[in-house]
Amino acid sequence: MTALQLCLVFSSALFCVGLVGALARSNTILVLLGIELMLNAANINFIAFWRFSPSPAPATGVMFVIFSIAVAAAEAAVGLALVIAVYRHQKNIRLQEANRLKG
Amino acid sequence: MGLSVQNLWLIPLLPLVAAAIGALTPRTGRTLAAGAAILAMSFSFLLSCGALVTALANPATHATSNFAWFDLGMGALRLGWLLDPLTAFMCVMVTFVGTLIFIFSTGYMHEDANAKQFFCFLSLFASAMLGVIVANSLLLLFVSWELVGLASYLLIGFWFHKPEAAGAAKKAFITTRIGDLGLLLGMLWLYDSTGSLLFYDGGHGVLEAGALSALTAHTALGGFALSTIIGLLIFCGAVGKSGQFPLHVWLPDAMEGPTPVSALIHAATMVAAGVFLIARVYPLMSADQALAHVPFHALTVVAFIGAITALMGALIAVAQNDIKRILAFSTVSQLGYMMLAIGVGSWVAAIFHLLTHAFFKALLFLGAGSVIHAAHHEQDIRSLGGLRSHMKVTFATFAIGMMALAGVPFLFSGFWSKEGILHAAHEWDVSRVPLLFGLAAVVLTAFYMTRLVAETFFGKARSHASEHAHESPASMTLPLVVLAVCAIALGFLGTPAFPWLQAKLLGETEVLGHSLLAGSGLMMLSVVLVALGLGTGWAIYGRVTREKSTSPDPLAARFPGVIAFLGARMKFDELYAATVFKLNAATATFADVLDRFVWDGAVRFLARLGEFAGVVNREADEDGLNAGFDAGSESLRGTGKAYSRAQTGDAHGYLRIIAIGFVVLVLIMMLGGNR
Repeated sequence: MTALQLCLVFSSALFCVGLVGALARSNTILVLLGIELMLNAANINFIAFWRFSPSPAPATGVMFVIFSIAVAAAEAAVGLALVIAVYRHQKNIRLQEANRLKG
Repeated sequence: MGLSVQNLWLIPLLPLVAAAIGALTPRTGRTLAAGAAILAMSFSFLLSCGALVTALANPATHATSNFAWFDLGMGALRLGWLLDPLTAFMCVMVTFVGTLIFIFSTGYMHEDANAKQFFCFLSLFASAMLGVIVANSLLLLFVSWELVGLASYLLIGFWFHKPEAAGAAKKAFITTRIGDLGLLLGMLWLYDSTGSLLFYDGGHGVLEAGALSALTAHTALGGFALSTIIGLLIFCGAVGKSGQFPLHVWLPDAMEGPTPVSALIHAATMVAAGVFLIARVYPLMSADQALAHVPFHALTVVAFIGAITALMGALIAVAQNDIKRILAFSTVSQLGYMMLAIGVGSWVAAIFHLLTHAFFKALLFLGAGSVIHAAHHEQDIRSLGGLRSHMKVTFATFAIGMMALAGVPFLFSGFWSKEGILHAAHEWDVSRVPLLFGLAAVVLTAFYMTRLVAETFFGKARSHASEHAHESPASMTLPLVVLAVCAIALGFLGTPAFPWLQAKLLGETEVLGHSLLAGSGLMMLSVVLVALGLGTGWAIYGRVTREKSTSPDPLAARFPGVIAFLGARMKFDELYAATVFKLNAATATFADVLDRFVWDGAVRFLARLGEFAGVVNREADEDGLNAGFDAGSESLRGTGKAYSRAQTGDAHGYLRIIAIGFVVLVLIMMLGGNR
């Protein structure tokens, strides 16, 4: 297996862990954690494809990932603020109970 | 025997492995977690001794081992390890004190159900702290610095079910973050102007002549040299971490954590990291000393902040009643001494005091822990008393620690290191204020420590708990004895007659004892001052001891206003509540109003506008175009209803659909082949 394939297998595994976490957990913070894991799996893919591309000289992959990390940080801040807002309304952070905005 | 700089990373790695083991063991595996932590620390201690051997062989060199972390654009971000006597002495101190405190914790945390988590956090802390020490890059130092802050947060809030502990953890984290913002800004500015963050890099590091002359040649705002501004920004970080005025408020509250944590993190090591940082970047801090045209030098600020902190901490400690709070404010005061020493230009005196303080303050905190453990978590000295006969080992070792802290002459380490600082302050020609503040704090230190010992160990037991106190187990008294021996012996590494430690830190191979007579006048004065403090303390609190835990404090009866003001910690918390918190709340309210009325108002206005246009349209359309659209709308409504049934509001449902869609897409791509 080449190094690139190893990276991809690793990132897929990470993605699956994140997906299972996001789907199976009822604690909203853990769901957010799962989403972060999936994001990081995507970041690893960026880096891997950049690093093993024929001409990795310009730092495109790294720049993408730095942007994505910055966005993820903002997303985490918003997500946690939402969790706190949800907690104030329903006194717990169970995701399946947060359905009052349904159509 | 020696450990080369290339292998220096092993020292922080071992505790990190122990932390990982601790994290992965189940809750019942406390013996495994504790054993791994102690074993890793002991091995780190041996490695540190090896590093010390290497460093002392060539004390004048800064051995480095640098590597590129990652390439980015034009250059690479480089990190590295640094081995010089400063690193080596700090490593030995942290690992040695750390090992003893870990052993003590096995006894102290015996009854706690979460003990394995405790050892995991302690190991994480030790690893991060050692990372701060061995780093040869401000960036690596900063990363470890933040990890240290995280570990401190976790450990202060270890008993998080207590609201005070949870609040104290938050307070510590946020207060130090204010200082860290300055450190981060200083770091970015430094990188921007020198293009490197390595301390030493064969002539290209930021602490070497080339970068320093470039920094001093540059004038930034207000006529300051660039190095002054960057130095002061870095100092902000040290102010936060080392509990200096005005960011000291978190340190006394941090005593909500378990006592071994107070001993390790909030007395011996982490709070000293700020002093270590300033000693490490001392070439940068002192680079502007030669400039005459600047308004003031960076080190002058350091000296004054240190002097204010030293006096303020000692004053507040006089009026506290909680055994750990007294020690906490004493730590604040001693850290002020260290900053003062750096400010007046003697960073070696600061590091000497840092090392001796680490041992005797850890001893005092562990002694306090032993008392608290024996007295069933009674921490108020007014309700203790008479423990001398029940806890002989604890009393003897605590008394040694107390005398080292008070600076009892000639035998105890604290005397020699404090003397070095006062001597340096005496020779400083900018201002007399730091020396006077330092001398005043000497009296106060001797006074409040005498009070603490007299109230806790002498007199008669004033509560049920202290009446039935009994000596702690060997796992707790053994570290006390070892630390007590160190609290005496360590002083002789740096007496004026034979300043071996100072010479090694400065990189001089020849040990030259500067004459004892040079500072003997000052020494006599401080001996008198210590005697004055001890005597007054004993006269007020020792001769006539307290009868009941509720009987009034003799000093508070004499000066009620002053003691109440000091007892309320000079009202710093109230001051911040009235200023910073108010400002923060006002900003939040402003943002809320902006969001709720201005932006929301604009949106509502647009919506109204649209509604109005709709009404006009309807009036126009009602008669003309109606009939044909009605049927169309009806079918749209039906579709909408069907779709709205899919909107269950259940986020998991949405996630599931996304995931299934994803799988279907992947399947299509795989089966469809490449096009």
